[in-house]
Amino acid sequence: MPGTVSATASTPPRVMTGEHFMVGDHACAEGALAAGLDFFAGYPITPSTEICERLAHRLPQVGGTFVQMEDELGSIAAILGASAAGARTLTATSGPGFSLMMENIGLAAMMEIPCVIVDVMRGSPSTGLPTLVGQADVFQARWGSHGDYGIVAYSPSSPQECFDLTIRAFNVADRLRIPVFVLMDEVIGHMTERVVIPPAQQIPRVDRKRPSHEPGDAVFLPFKADADLIPPMAHAGEGYNVHFTGLTHDERGYPALNAQTHEQLVTRLVNKVAVHAPEAILTEEVDLDDAEVVVVAFGCTARSARRAVAMARQQGVKAGLLRLISLWPFPEERVRDLGRRDAVKRFVVPEINMGQMCREVERLTHLPVQSINRAGGAMITPQSILEVLVS
Amino acid sequence: MSVPAPAATQFVEEHPIDTLLRADRFPHILCPACGIGSVIHCYVQAISESGIDKAQHVCVSGIGCSGRAAGYINVDSYHTTHGRAVPFALGIAVYRPELCVTVISGDGDLSSIGGNHLIHAARRNVNLNIICINNFNYGMTGGQAGPTTPVSAKSSTTPFGSWERPFNLPHLAHAVGASLVSRWTVLHARQLKQTILKAMHKQGFAFIEVLSPCPTGFGRPNDRGDGIEDMRRYRQRCVIDDEAYLPDIDIDITDDTSPIVVGNFVDIDRPPFQPVLGAPRREVAKVLAENANQRTRSRESVGHEH
Repeated sequence: MPGTVSATASTPPRVMTGEHFMVGDHACAEGALAAGLDFFAGYPITPSTEICERLAHRLPQVGGTFVQMEDELGSIAAILGASAAGARTLTATSGPGFSLMMENIGLAAMMEIPCVIVDVMRGSPSTGLPTLVGQADVFQARWGSHGDYGIVAYSPSSPQECFDLTIRAFNVADRLRIPVFVLMDEVIGHMTERVVIPPAQQIPRVDRKRPSHEPGDAVFLPFKADADLIPPMAHAGEGYNVHFTGLTHDERGYPALNAQTHEQLVTRLVNKVAVHAPEAILTEEVDLDDAEVVVVAFGCTARSARRAVAMARQQGVKAGLLRLISLWPFPEERVRDLGRRDAVKRFVVPEINMGQMCREVERLTHLPVQSINRAGGAMITPQSILEVLVS
Repeated sequence: MSVPAPAATQFVEEHPIDTLLRADRFPHILCPACGIGSVIHCYVQAISESGIDKAQHVCVSGIGCSGRAAGYINVDSYHTTHGRAVPFALGIAVYRPELCVTVISGDGDLSSIGGNHLIHAARRNVNLNIICINNFNYGMTGGQAGPTTPVSAKSSTTPFGSWERPFNLPHLAHAVGASLVSRWTVLHARQLKQTILKAMHKQGFAFIEVLSPCPTGFGRPNDRGDGIEDMRRYRQRCVIDDEAYLPDIDIDITDDTSPIVVGNFVDIDRPPFQPVLGAPRREVAKVLAENANQRTRSRESVGHEH
């Protein structure tokens, strides 16, 4: 009989503590489970489907809810609804589905509903290369929905980071009440490597801020931010009679369609991410102390870049790597500082797109920025980065 | 001749449903003679009579005039994006099954841009109450045609009259699996409230279409007169028929000689959507399997007759 699977003594626990040989998509799903995922809604799409499949199997067995929705429009809407009711929620998709989610990503930003969205990037635009790698969604992740708002995005370079950064994504989403993206690429999503899952009590957890007022207390304004620019969040069913709207709203949550309220609200939505950027930004630095040429790379391309930097050093070229673990907010201060160093002569930005993150580097330095681009479908090899480093 | 004032006359400052409306948001945005306010009234009346704690009620809307309903109702309320009220509500209802989640939105929001979610939520039998206010046009944007606009009706995007076949929404809802299907007009305030009450206590997908006047958007270009004219038409033309054959209850609101069939058409019990493992789900699987067996048997019996 279908649908009769139930938890048994042999059911793996929510946190699969131990060492595993695991594919990146599954490591992402395990990271979500370890982070306390309550509700997943998604729609199958290559190359993210393994996340959906893993959670279809695992999530119900540990008391969570898995829903395969009719499309990505429904998936993002469902996770926002469940999150508004208090759940930790996730969806996973790839470029075409990510495009469909954009409107409600703006709703999440406007309603300040935390959620985590995984985009496993494939060759694009449009249907592009469903099974092959791309890194061309990074600007869509930052600017894809209409209007101004702040988000955070992480880009793992290994299955281990798929696990670790998914947990971090949930904590940042709840801390800042924003949508947070895990921008994997197809190579990382489909790469199998060692993944170490720590004991459950060592999984960091940061919960969303909750109202200190009792329901019915007229003093409580659901969208009045504290000094950290983040309002505490009341959930559906708690008696606060909250109103959430995508319209410009005042501190009561009521529509207020005027320039002044809009100015205050949108400024806060942007600034709350900006002021908390130091908590969100993650980078790794390799051989930057005496570097004359700085490679800036992320995702699978950072793996090639790491190899290329080592090869360049063997050939006497003082190369270093700034690996972007968070893509957004961009580590502006770090890149600016590197550009001001006497030793540094140029930047090299390899990425599997026609030149996106190189623009961020360009606006932060007067030094030459060399772009290495592939449209997608294959990794950028260490050799092709090395050629630019030694030239 | 003086008429003595009744001794028992009292003036009270509050109405029993005051606490269910966000009076601090009034005046509302709706036009004179719009029917949406009547639907809101029926909904809050049903809340107050439901016996379900007010804190357990959640109202979700999409975009449009009807989509503004959530903003005037003093329960947890969510004014979402165009077409996405149903999946947003699904997220709440599935994660917190003890909540009574009602979607109030318009015909365009629910059956055009949100049509795919509507049919799939009905197919799954998600425990939601859908109140679909049908005013035959897109009112908020100034009176454009939609999937419910009658043939020949004029709108700003059908200046020569619409020539598309409109949806028959109760037939659609039934065909895709809704457990409760009704149609009323805003004239049928008591019946509508009773049906909403029934939906609140029903486990499964309830779809209630409410015909509503829109003198500004739909009435004006079609010479329908003001709102009271529409109410007169509803009174003259509506036929209550719970047993109506749903494929036959298309509405031609512009043909004043044809009947408008209203009523509680469908009320069946089917296992509600419950994507959580354990006993409830096993029960669902059992019922579905039994239904499948019955269908197989009935096909076999039909085969023997031939």
